Amino acid sequence: MIRFDHVTKRFPDGTVAVDDLSLEAASGKITVLVGPSGCGKTTSLRMINRMIEPSAGTIWLDDRDTAGFSASDLRRGMGYVIQHAGLFPHRTIVDNVATVPLLLGTSKAQARSRAMELLERVGLDASVAKRYPAQLSGGQQQRVGVARALAADPPVMLMDEPFSAVDPVVRAQLQDEFLRLQHDLGKTIVLVTHDIDEAVKLGDRIAVLRTGGHLAQFAAPTELLTRPADDFVAGFVGRDRGYRALGFEAAGDLDPQREPTVVVGSDRAAAASVALDSWVLVVTEHDEPMGWLAIVPGATGQVEPTLLNRGGTRVSVSGSFRDALDAALSSPSGRGVVIDEDSRLVGTVTAGEVVRRIEAQLGDRRATAQIAAVG
Amino acid sequence: MISGVIDFLTDPAQWSGPRGIPTRLGEHLYFSVIALVIAIVVALPVGLLIGHTGRGVAAVSLVVNAVRSLPSFGLLIFFVVLLSPLITGKNNLVYLLPTEVVLVLLALPSILGNTVAGVQNADAAARDAATGMGMTSSQVLFQVELPNAMPLIISGLRSATLQVIATATIASYVSLGGLGRYVFTGLAQQDYSQMAAGAVLVAGLALFVDLLLALVQRFVVSPGVSGRFSARAGTAPAATVTTENPVPAVA
Amino acid sequence: MSTAGSPLLAGLEQRAQLAAPPGLGRQVLSAPLAGLEQRAQLAAPPGQWDFVGYFRSHTSDVMSLLGQHVWLAVIPVVLGLIIALPVGYVARRFSWTYPPLVSIAGLLYTIPSIALFVLAPGILGTQILDPVNVLFPLTIYTVALLVRVVADGLASVPTDVLQSATAMGYGSFARLIRVELPIAVPVISTGLRVAAVSNVGLVTVATAIGTAQLGQLFSTGLQMSSFRSYYAPIVLGIVLCLLLALVLDGAIVVGTRLLTPWRRVVRPS
Repeated sequence: MIRFDHVTKRFPDGTVAVDDLSLEAASGKITVLVGPSGCGKTTSLRMINRMIEPSAGTIWLDDRDTAGFSASDLRRGMGYVIQHAGLFPHRTIVDNVATVPLLLGTSKAQARSRAMELLERVGLDASVAKRYPAQLSGGQQQRVGVARALAADPPVMLMDEPFSAVDPVVRAQLQDEFLRLQHDLGKTIVLVTHDIDEAVKLGDRIAVLRTGGHLAQFAAPTELLTRPADDFVAGFVGRDRGYRALGFEAAGDLDPQREPTVVVGSDRAAAASVALDSWVLVVTEHDEPMGWLAIVPGATGQVEPTLLNRGGTRVSVSGSFRDALDAALSSPSGRGVVIDEDSRLVGTVTAGEVVRRIEAQLGDRRATAQIAAVG
Repeated sequence: MISGVIDFLTDPAQWSGPRGIPTRLGEHLYFSVIALVIAIVVALPVGLLIGHTGRGVAAVSLVVNAVRSLPSFGLLIFFVVLLSPLITGKNNLVYLLPTEVVLVLLALPSILGNTVAGVQNADAAARDAATGMGMTSSQVLFQVELPNAMPLIISGLRSATLQVIATATIASYVSLGGLGRYVFTGLAQQDYSQMAAGAVLVAGLALFVDLLLALVQRFVVSPGVSGRFSARAGTAPAATVTTENPVPAVA
Repeated sequence: MSTAGSPLLAGLEQRAQLAAPPGLGRQVLSAPLAGLEQRAQLAAPPGQWDFVGYFRSHTSDVMSLLGQHVWLAVIPVVLGLIIALPVGYVARRFSWTYPPLVSIAGLLYTIPSIALFVLAPGILGTQILDPVNVLFPLTIYTVALLVRVVADGLASVPTDVLQSATAMGYGSFARLIRVELPIAVPVISTGLRVAAVSNVGLVTVATAIGTAQLGQLFSTGLQMSSFRSYYAPIVLGIVLCLLLALVLDGAIVVGTRLLTPWRRVVRPS
């Protein structure tokens, strides 16, 4: 657990970067610091490992004052990941990752073998080990940066815009893999980003900071989206909050309807006879949905993959309302495809059904909230 | 002229005795190495400290530029005139000491300036990450900044070495030994072949030593820094010469 | 090569006397340096360190040496730049030529100046006292230094700028003159400053082959210190070299500012 206790940072030229910040980053959870430039998020992060010293207040690591440690000892117990990875250009990848264990006195052989394990863990091939950072792509370098931070198995990880320097496709991949890693490792993570979408995606709790270093709101993502504390937070979180909040609601039992299907490669005339309307769902032999076939009266030949409309997204049975609504809206037939964990067809839902369920659920909640507010 | 030079260089008499080529070469190297060792011992640690702490960088560049503008020949004469009356007794020291003073003075700026620049230019993100990982200040300096500064440091050493070899040649003007003796003796004896042979020898020595240092650079600098690895499209820099700092190599 | 009476070495005799190891009081100056000795006695030095006094009493001589020095230092810089510009352009434009050109330049730069000054008469076939012997090597050095600087300076022009210039209709030559060179000016001028300042010092080395320039003040000072250390001409020589280097450096800085008016605008960041 990391606790900010009335922490302030005032720079010599008078600017107040962080103003009386108090918050607690829970153990084993991802706490995100987010805000516009000049809000003090990076300064706050760097005060945790004392790259910057607070002007006032205390920062607690579990029950100990961080000021009581020697700076380098403190840092060796915390993983530190920065925006451009900061890999050492003069060392090979494996030696880069092995840095902290070596600093702590582990033998070279042991440090290196641990490094190789970690490279695999972050999704890199063993062949990169002997290369130099300049030979790797941005995404690969970021992964190495994360591996390096994990090398000494620190309980705490500090991350400063770790995924900003890569392109959106790579960023999404890195974020997903990061969440999976955290699911396995359960570290106490404090992450800084300027991207509210990233904060909402990754954070267990999010601290929204205002320019000038004030804490505007500290809450879980759903609360941030549904009950922003003030206009600033509302504006920062952005539009279509309601819609995005649906991403956090499990759809539960959508009760999908049965859908007639046709296996790819079968006769088009047969497809026409099965269809409910002008569209029929085409699946593989293993019942995995591939796409929709438009029914053309009198068409002959096989059902080829090239004929398919693959426009509709799919929602899994454990997916969110947002995924369910999106599946229904994007489907050419108006019926959203629902699949199970093995990607096999379960059935379909219409947009109307999904919205009915959303309203039922939200209605229940509003009723409960009203009772709570009044009572 | 070429035939005269070749005659001189192939004359076996020139290769033996106290005035022979090996002796002169040895003297030349002796003066040069002493000056370089002193300059490195002084300038390298100071440069590392200044580059690492960032304090005094402006002063360094001022000093470096100022010393580079001084005419080395003039400095040589100045110190000879200044120091020789103070030295009695051992014959050679009269010329050796002022020469060494000047050679060290001339070698210092290149080594100092390049060391400071090299350390300052080390990858800032790497430096930040190193501190954040828990390296102490001196660990950051020696494990991160220094290896990344090597190209510039060695390039500064190369410039300094050329400067010293060239100035040591001129030091023969004040009757010190060394390869420059052929030039000045040749001048006195009106023997152009000797002068030219001396010039060729000096040029040869300079080129050879520079080549040697280039090889050292190749082996000492990490491939990750010099970019010397096979096949990553678009990242390898043009040539080893990239990190050369053009500095007057000569007296 | 026979030397006695040879026109190549005419006048070398007197210079050779100057070049002979002076021995500082332990040896009597061998051959009668009639003219020099008399002059030394007539112009009784006012003070050991008084370089201003020395200047006042030898003004015309010193000024003539200074004048010689100025044009010996400046002409190679100008010539060197004129030659280096097209060569640097080629190195940039045809990138395969860059490594060999830069390597040759590096090689030339490695050769000590005194070697080139001495070898020049042999290579060029000139008299040993001909100032071309100084101009030729110094120009070579300047070119060697600047080729790389020009190539790198042109390389520093951002590709988008180049492409938009071409898209606007500039032909290659026009683009070079109006877009690439102006943008490359700051980089080139830095190299030019190094070349100019180092040339001022290098010219003094030519004292070894007897050329008239400020370096003569140093050998004079050495001669006059046979019995008692006499610093005035030496210090004067150093001071004048420094001043000249400063002036040339400043002139190039001013010239650069004039050529790059866009850099003078201070933008709020």
